[in-house]
Amino acid sequence: MRIKSTEIVDTFAEAFEMWGTRMIITADAPEWADAAARSLTGFATSVIGCKCEAGVERVLSPDETPDGRPGASVLLFAFDPDGVANRLVERIGQCVMTCPTTACFNGLEAKKNVVVGGKLRYFGDGYQIGKRLDGTRFWRIPVMDGEFVVTDRFGVQAAVGGGNILISGASSAACLSAAKAATAAMREVPGVILPFPGGVVRSGSKVGSKYKELPASSNQAYCPTLRGFVPQTNVAKGVGCVLEIVIDGLDLKAVEEAMQRGLHAAVKPGIKQISAGNYGGDLGKYHIGLHGLVGGKVA
Amino acid sequence: MSLKLTLKKKPTVPVEAESICPDKMEGLGLRDIAALPVHHGNETTTVGDFFKVTGKSNGEIRLEGDTSRFKMVGAAMSKGRILIKGSVGQHVGVAMSGGEIVVTKNADNWVGPEMSGGRIIVKGNAGHMVGCAYRGGQVGVTGGEIIVHGNAGNETGNTMRDGLIAIGGNSGDFTGVGMLAGTVIVLGEMGQRTGAAMKRGTIVSMEDAEMLPTFTYACSYRPNFLRLYLCHLRDLGLPIKDSWIGGSYHRWSGDSIELNRGEALIFDR
Repeated sequence: MRIKSTEIVDTFAEAFEMWGTRMIITADAPEWADAAARSLTGFATSVIGCKCEAGVERVLSPDETPDGRPGASVLLFAFDPDGVANRLVERIGQCVMTCPTTACFNGLEAKKNVVVGGKLRYFGDGYQIGKRLDGTRFWRIPVMDGEFVVTDRFGVQAAVGGGNILISGASSAACLSAAKAATAAMREVPGVILPFPGGVVRSGSKVGSKYKELPASSNQAYCPTLRGFVPQTNVAKGVGCVLEIVIDGLDLKAVEEAMQRGLHAAVKPGIKQISAGNYGGDLGKYHIGLHGLVGGKVA
Repeated sequence: MSLKLTLKKKPTVPVEAESICPDKMEGLGLRDIAALPVHHGNETTTVGDFFKVTGKSNGEIRLEGDTSRFKMVGAAMSKGRILIKGSVGQHVGVAMSGGEIVVTKNADNWVGPEMSGGRIIVKGNAGHMVGCAYRGGQVGVTGGEIIVHGNAGNETGNTMRDGLIAIGGNSGDFTGVGMLAGTVIVLGEMGQRTGAAMKRGTIVSMEDAEMLPTFTYACSYRPNFLRLYLCHLRDLGLPIKDSWIGGSYHRWSGDSIELNRGEALIFDR
């Protein structure tokens, strides 16, 4: 299948079940909310290496936040609810509570909840104050600029991690241009994040390594420099660069919609091929076919 | 279509009308509803003796006419809605745990005593003892919300342990007396001896207040949590100013004759 001059490979992205949550970070000024959100989502590109994947879903205006201040919506994903809970406690405690003027609220109504503020409150050393408003419990923790307000519990739900597309182009410049357009289109979809730097990853990995201690290693089949050397390559003739965009979402539909939008946006001059990464279909619960997306098929 | 109770005979003395409650009228026919007992002085009478009962029970009860002598309306209510188109007598919503009561005019003393959930909205004024424990009781309101658009009398929030009481106008003396926790917000002025003997909890006022000598001044700061409450109250129709939402408040700690863990937040002009 082709869109203009770009081949859409007949393959699928193999995505996994994860658990996700949404935080609403607010502050007196947008720059402080942004600082906290960036800090919280730092070093959160891959659940294997970072224990979670996180990113800013979008910037929020004051009329979209619980306390009427500027804010940011942040999504975080981990393998299980306990993993989400532990990362939230660590990251809200170290990256949001520390940031001047901020507050952090649960942004996901879900059947399952994990305790976050209820653990962070102990930082108050007995001076913390619990409040309940309209059925929601939150904590006021005394800090040096006043109080840090954090919701007692955060909603978690089964989510989808590892949606992806692979953009193969003649040059790095062409791939970067396509990836930039794709990530911009994907970010328009609510409920998804692109956890890698700028939404793009160049070090695509495979499971395992010749070195026993490594759980993952470089996916040589997509490295253009090894095209003439490795026994099996997925780098087409004339391709000098491959970039991947990884998508995590609160549900399958959001991931598929983001992939669909990104796929169409990435079709640009100089892009030879758009493909997707999978493990033969044996590992991931969700198989998202690219041809189905082009045809408009979304869950 | 809601159940409509239209007053046809004004009582000569107050009526204890615990029967007027969605929990007790749910699933009953009009005849059975009219036969529910109410206590008029030392006589046991019926709802039908005072009200014309029409409509259909769908969870909402509408009271029309001067019901200012009907006490205990919505007692122990756990669900549904009561709309009182006028004033209501004492003890409205006593011990309620859920649902909503709206009074379009005034409510007499003892609004929502010892309630644990739900919401009472009084569009006019309320009497003394809003959201209190009964005399001899250890704990008052343990949850839910009481929103009074007008003024309230003395001892608002006496020994409350959780929940929210908001007064759109002024409150009388001893606002938040003996509070254990929870939040009282007064948009107008408070009377004397605010927060006397409070252990924990929050009392907020947008007007200057004279604090007891057993309260200690801490600082002026911007309490972010209060933004949540004020935005919530604005959604419920109280006239919340932007300056209150984003403003600073003087924080007082007290009462030092008790735990000293309570706080009074007075808007910093």
